[in-house]
Amino acid sequence: MSESTTFGKDVSRAPVSQRGHRVGPVDDSQAIGGQISIEMDGKTLKVPIGTTILEASKELGLRIPTLCHHEDLCVAGVCRMCVVEVEGQRTLQAACAYPITQPIKVKTHSRKVRQARRHILDLILANHYGECYACNRNNNCELQTLAKEYGVDFFRFGHPTEPMFELDTSSHSVVRDMNKCVLCRRCIRTCIDFQEVGVLEVQGRGAESKVVTFMDKPLAEVVCINCGQCINRCPTGALRANDPTDDVWAAIDDPTKHVVMQTAPSPRAGIGECFGLPPGRALTFEMNTALRQCGFDKVFDTNFTADLTIIEEGTELLLRLKKALVDKQPVAIPQFTSCSPGWVKYIEHFYPEYLAHLSSAKSPQQMFGALIKTYYAHLNKIDPKDIVCVALMPCSAKKFECNRPEMCDSGYKDIDYGLTTRELGKMISEAGINLPDLPKSDFDDPFGTATGSGVIFGATGGVMEAALRTVIELVTGKKVENFFDHAEIIPLRGFEGIRYAEIPVKEVGPVPGILKHLFEDWSWLKGATLKVAVAHGTAYAKKVMDDIRAGGKFSECHFIEFMACPGGCLGGGGQPIPTSPAIRAARAQAIYSEDRAYSVRKSHENPAVVKVYNEFLTDGPCGHLSHKLLHTHYTPRGKFIA
Amino acid sequence: MLVTEQDALRQEIKAWGDMYGRDRTALIPILQEIQRKHARISEYAMQIVADMLDIHPVEVYGVVSFYSFLDHKPKGRFVIRLCRTISCDMHDKDRVARQLQNDLGIRFGETTPDGRFTLEWANCIGMCDQGPALLVNDHVFTRVTPDKVHDILEGCRRAMGVHAQEQMQEQLV
Repeated sequence: MSESTTFGKDVSRAPVSQRGHRVGPVDDSQAIGGQISIEMDGKTLKVPIGTTILEASKELGLRIPTLCHHEDLCVAGVCRMCVVEVEGQRTLQAACAYPITQPIKVKTHSRKVRQARRHILDLILANHYGECYACNRNNNCELQTLAKEYGVDFFRFGHPTEPMFELDTSSHSVVRDMNKCVLCRRCIRTCIDFQEVGVLEVQGRGAESKVVTFMDKPLAEVVCINCGQCINRCPTGALRANDPTDDVWAAIDDPTKHVVMQTAPSPRAGIGECFGLPPGRALTFEMNTALRQCGFDKVFDTNFTADLTIIEEGTELLLRLKKALVDKQPVAIPQFTSCSPGWVKYIEHFYPEYLAHLSSAKSPQQMFGALIKTYYAHLNKIDPKDIVCVALMPCSAKKFECNRPEMCDSGYKDIDYGLTTRELGKMISEAGINLPDLPKSDFDDPFGTATGSGVIFGATGGVMEAALRTVIELVTGKKVENFFDHAEIIPLRGFEGIRYAEIPVKEVGPVPGILKHLFEDWSWLKGATLKVAVAHGTAYAKKVMDDIRAGGKFSECHFIEFMACPGGCLGGGGQPIPTSPAIRAARAQAIYSEDRAYSVRKSHENPAVVKVYNEFLTDGPCGHLSHKLLHTHYTPRGKFIA
Repeated sequence: MLVTEQDALRQEIKAWGDMYGRDRTALIPILQEIQRKHARISEYAMQIVADMLDIHPVEVYGVVSFYSFLDHKPKGRFVIRLCRTISCDMHDKDRVARQLQNDLGIRFGETTPDGRFTLEWANCIGMCDQGPALLVNDHVFTRVTPDKVHDILEGCRRAMGVHAQEQMQEQLV
């Protein structure tokens, strides 16, 4: 998203008067003058006009160090680590912010450059409180790496011995430690440009600059949606997730507690990165073994409740459509998905008038918690007060979600702790386990079986694809494979910010048993066209919401999937650091190939789900008990802060 | 703040929005109007401005905290800003500074308990040939000496009388 114009709206924060001076890549680099030859460290290269020195250096295989630069974010040029010598220029130039417009000669590591970079590092360290061994980003810190590369062996300009700022631990999800902040402004560009939530900005100027929230309030009191994207962009340990691993270990060590773990689909695609594997290798079954070795009593697959979510949300959608088409009553359509807790908080803050559109179904994490402390506790005759539910999620907002006061429908706190992928990686290392070497083992019963539909929840478009697989089969009575090859609904896949698809309902079948109590027949759906859309990243969610508000094409949709994080859960704020477009694509690959490997790939065919409806939720999807346990309500929060 | 005051403020800001436009380039003119009228930009005002211009309140806060002449906290009735850059420094601004601190009983960056005076440093105000220079609100005083400090403060105090605004104009011009 380096382009500042997305979806027709210029979101750039540059003054209008300066935009004319911008140089971007040309449309046609083959035109005369479109290519420029440059020389860098004695190597020559032809690049399209407008390429930055940093981009050109990557093509040449040269490494220019960066700190404020991030592939997901716009250029800032504030840290000056990437300075290079350009022949004919009096001062050193920032490679990330220097568009090439004429033939130039560049030196990337001359004496002058090396000295300048070392000085910049020394100056940053003079304001950087904290010791590396007491930092959660130890060994994964860009500042530490640079200090090592440039051989920092003493603090030329001193080093703070006392903390300068208090920790902000107000939020359930994100902890801010401004003592470690290097003012690279990545979090600000993430929050304002990338996610368009607008929580963080710089206060003051010059030496007094500090990254703050609105009026420097605690994070819990502002409009933060807890997506944690800032954590994934932070080069140092200034931003981190609120870490409950000590409590989880304590629960494991307590013999009276029955500790149950549920694992979401995305962490398994990312956790390998914590152990030095390249992105894109799923370690689902190795992770199960590791969790048991850590001491968790049972390991379940969140995909089970992902399937349950699909049944509940799909039924809710059909009920809404029936109300609109048959009963001709006013009803909130399009229906929005509610799986992403970041998105839920976003809509509560920024579009509270649309909360009726949000599916009342809980997210898979919370559904699982409610079922474990009721159904599972009953089956195994365990007192729910002795069960500790831990959820492994790629997400920092899930920590906030499990602490929502309304999430206690089982009579207890449905989910006790939310862990991120990074935190589990740490726990596994702490237990002395090398994850990739472990033997494989399966999930525990009674929720053991999962489907491919649950797995693809982790990628953007996955919830929609899973829902359509089920809705199409329930309505037409035929296999999805008749309509889409291998049940893969390709228009919904990919990484474009907003995707749109139309699915015509040409034929209808008999109403399946599971929905008999709600619908008599499907004749009212015949000939209709189901319009669906997918948006990921709240910046794109905002565009869709503004379009709906203006009565545009998305207001005519029936079902829209929203994910707060770019790429969906696999790019979540709890995933291993770093995250980039290439890493997200690799994780998506891992998720889709896992889907293909499942024999059951549709939620309503999941035998465990069918069993739950037969044994426990006997009044069916959207019935009385499922409303009590599996559905929730939302709080209109508004964006104004008192 | 009372609801009616909030309503009034919102109406004012909307009017300024009509005048200066409703995109982010109108931000500073609108903030200056608020500052001029209310001597500060409240938390509520920042959020109204942000909502109107379709930007984030935290961005407005960033701008307000960046500029010395925009305040979110109320300051004294008279804000005295003494130039601290090199020409004024060479013309003995330190003695003027000491005199100001002694007469007002506050240090730089502080406000008197009665809320009348705020003392601040300013960077160059363009009066380098006539230093030391200081600003009292919008009025420039040049070639200030410790003696003159007393007169300036007295002028301010007198201007706090019944017809404060008019007297202030007369005496300071």
